[in-house]
Amino acid sequence: MTWPIELILYVVLLVTALASLEVHSLLAASVILTAFSFVCALLMLSVGAVDVAFTEAVVGAGLVGVLYIVAIFRTTRRSTD
Amino acid sequence: MRTPSRSLVVVLAARGLAPAIQLFALYVVFHGHYSPGGGFQGGVLLAASFVLVRLAEGYGAGQHQIPRRAGLLLGVAGVLLFGAVGAAAFLTGGNFLDHGRVPLPGFAPADLRSLMILVIEVGVAITVAAVLTAIYDELLGDEDDA
Repeated sequence: MTWPIELILYVVLLVTALASLEVHSLLAASVILTAFSFVCALLMLSVGAVDVAFTEAVVGAGLVGVLYIVAIFRTTRRSTD
Repeated sequence: MRTPSRSLVVVLAARGLAPAIQLFALYVVFHGHYSPGGGFQGGVLLAASFVLVRLAEGYGAGQHQIPRRAGLLLGVAGVLLFGAVGAAAFLTGGNFLDHGRVPLPGFAPADLRSLMILVIEVGVAITVAAVLTAIYDELLGDEDDA
């Protein structure tokens, strides 16, 4: 009987997704997206897709967040032309 | 991320975590037959440990671990390992990735399949780790245009 946990996870998934869209700081948005990926991995674990959950946790919550942040540091606040 | 982090906590945590992540990555690669995981996930874990060292200890220290030029070379080497193992079955008239017919004397076909798929997983892991580290390096860019 795991449906209360899954319900909480779905709510947290929606909250993180909306928060990453609404927040103004790009850095905060990318950090919230890694949290979204981690909750997504937990949900995939709860439906029995362990391999997919593992990949999602490693890629989404591990490496892509770093790449987002590096990409954000490569941008500037104002355009140069 | 280009210079070493000024926080002692960050540097020491990265030093402690990176070897543990690499050991777990090797476990994931070599235990991929029996448990979730495999070449891709293990390779991403390896790349995460390399990127962690580059983030905490600075870009220069990471270059001693895996140089920027080695990234693409290792990526190509992994693909070639995959292709060579797949094409080895051609020598005895098998199909691509028909591992039971790889000409290695002294192995039963079932053992050969189990061994060769492990070699393929290692090739996938090398390629994924090298290319993801190379993506980080290229994204960070050169010294002069940073």
